Amino acid sequence: MFTRKIKELIIERALLLSALITILTTLGIIWVLLSESFAFFKVVSLWDFLTDPEWTPLFTQKHYGILSLVCGTILTTGIAILVAVPSGLTIAVYLNEYSTKRMRNIVKPLLEILAAIPSIVYGFFALIVITPVLQYFFPSVSGFNALSAGIVMGIMIIPFISSLSEDVLNAVPNSLREASYGMGATKFQTSFKVLVPAASSGIIASIILAISRAIGETMIVAIAAGQQPNLTLNPTVPIETITAYIVQVSLGDVPQGSIAYKTIFAAGLTLFVFTFILNNISFWVNKKFKQQYV
Amino acid sequence: MDLQFLSETEPAVKTIGKNLTQEKQFMAREEKLAKKEKKHYALESHMLNAWYGEKKILNDINMKIEANTITALIGPSGCGKSTFLRLFNRMNDYIPIFRKTGDILVDGEDVYQKRIRIEELRKSVGMVFQKANPFPKSIYENVAYGLRIQGEKRKSVLDLAVEKSLHQASLWDEVKDDLKKNAMALSGGQQQRLCIARALAVEPSVLLMDEPASALDPHSTHRVESLILELKEKYTILIVTHNLHQASRVSDYTGFFYLGDLVEFNNTKDLFTHPKKEQTENYISGKFG
Repeated sequence: MFTRKIKELIIERALLLSALITILTTLGIIWVLLSESFAFFKVVSLWDFLTDPEWTPLFTQKHYGILSLVCGTILTTGIAILVAVPSGLTIAVYLNEYSTKRMRNIVKPLLEILAAIPSIVYGFFALIVITPVLQYFFPSVSGFNALSAGIVMGIMIIPFISSLSEDVLNAVPNSLREASYGMGATKFQTSFKVLVPAASSGIIASIILAISRAIGETMIVAIAAGQQPNLTLNPTVPIETITAYIVQVSLGDVPQGSIAYKTIFAAGLTLFVFTFILNNISFWVNKKFKQQYV
Repeated sequence: MDLQFLSETEPAVKTIGKNLTQEKQFMAREEKLAKKEKKHYALESHMLNAWYGEKKILNDINMKIEANTITALIGPSGCGKSTFLRLFNRMNDYIPIFRKTGDILVDGEDVYQKRIRIEELRKSVGMVFQKANPFPKSIYENVAYGLRIQGEKRKSVLDLAVEKSLHQASLWDEVKDDLKKNAMALSGGQQQRLCIARALAVEPSVLLMDEPASALDPHSTHRVESLILELKEKYTILIVTHNLHQASRVSDYTGFFYLGDLVEFNNTKDLFTHPKKEQTENYISGKFG
């Protein structure tokens, strides 16, 4: 009896500890980000950080304008979303409403493999396959560019959208399908006029999750998009994303404690703010627009 | 001599010919009449058998239903009455293991023919389901849905159809001021009447109702029932119900299903007062079911 109580207590504490570890890690990361960034902002004003059009912390003529990195991130992410949303949604609707159950059970796991491929493989795929193909059609495309990286990143995040959207489409009550078919609607009309709108909150959440993934993606953009901070929306020239910059600096021989070292944390904090906002939007959308079917 | 014979017989031949054409015309007229006679039945089933996989659901169902009547299908759960109802707009098509033999006719036409477009069929055979299933859209968009998917874009036409259908479903007065409101916010009874309005908006000739009032409170049930009675003027209504009182209140004809058989089919009054079969009597007197 007594030993049993001890056992229970040990198990309970162990569970609590593992829960605490994750929370403490998160808090630790936020603390490091904030404190190092604080040191950074003592040297560089927040105003310069947000408005300076150039980002050259490693050059002699130093500029600390995060905008050009943010621009690179937005550009590659935007291209990725343009690729992933239409195809992911089409796949989801196809699997949900058109394909047989067997087909769905085969195709869905296969698609999810796309997300399991190491992103460095995607990076090289972009660099040595997609970029030459793009250059074949548009000779002006440079060897490193946002377009190639964005397209490949879009392919990578397709399963985020297709799989999750298919799940939410599948969760739409059958009674709505019956209502639509009973009115003489075709599969296409039922899918896009009833099911997709009814599942919109889940679909939007899946898209936001995919955006978060694209914003945080590092390897593909570091390899294929170049490492040249560039305040441009032209997808054919080299750019640099926030993540690619962090890799670049982390791999280099930047002395710890220097201002260049601290830029990593300022850039990381910016990234964190982005994904944090997106996560909250996703949470809010889900809560606000979730349709309750009683 | 021979020639003369010929010329003598000629009028006779002519007469025969004339008679033949007359006969043909007569036959054609007969056929037309027969067709008209057939048209008289809005819904028909001939030797209808149905299975779910290996399980037999319906046995040799023969039924003829006249236009502008209300026919109630009663029977214990699992007797096949809902399956039977769903044959008329082919809603069973979505069940992969479902198969059937025999014919289902709507307005004299076999609806399981290859050339029948299922979408067209469902425009003339509307359906109201057991559980109110409005779309998570506005009241207006719910009612306009059927016309919109047919490609109707003119706002004036849609406005008119929405108002008319909501009137027909006696819901207009309750919702006319907030047509933009989400349909999910309506009460259960209002939602069901909205679903009826939605079905009526495409002006079907037949309305199939699968226990339309089973999930409603008595007051809403009463409203839906009186609505059904009003709709009889324009529509042929086939209604599945568990509620025997409802069947006797609203229907002209009643069919009693038991274990996949159509045990008895008669006008409602006779079926309830003088059932011919013992099973029917047992069921309506509450001995089983």
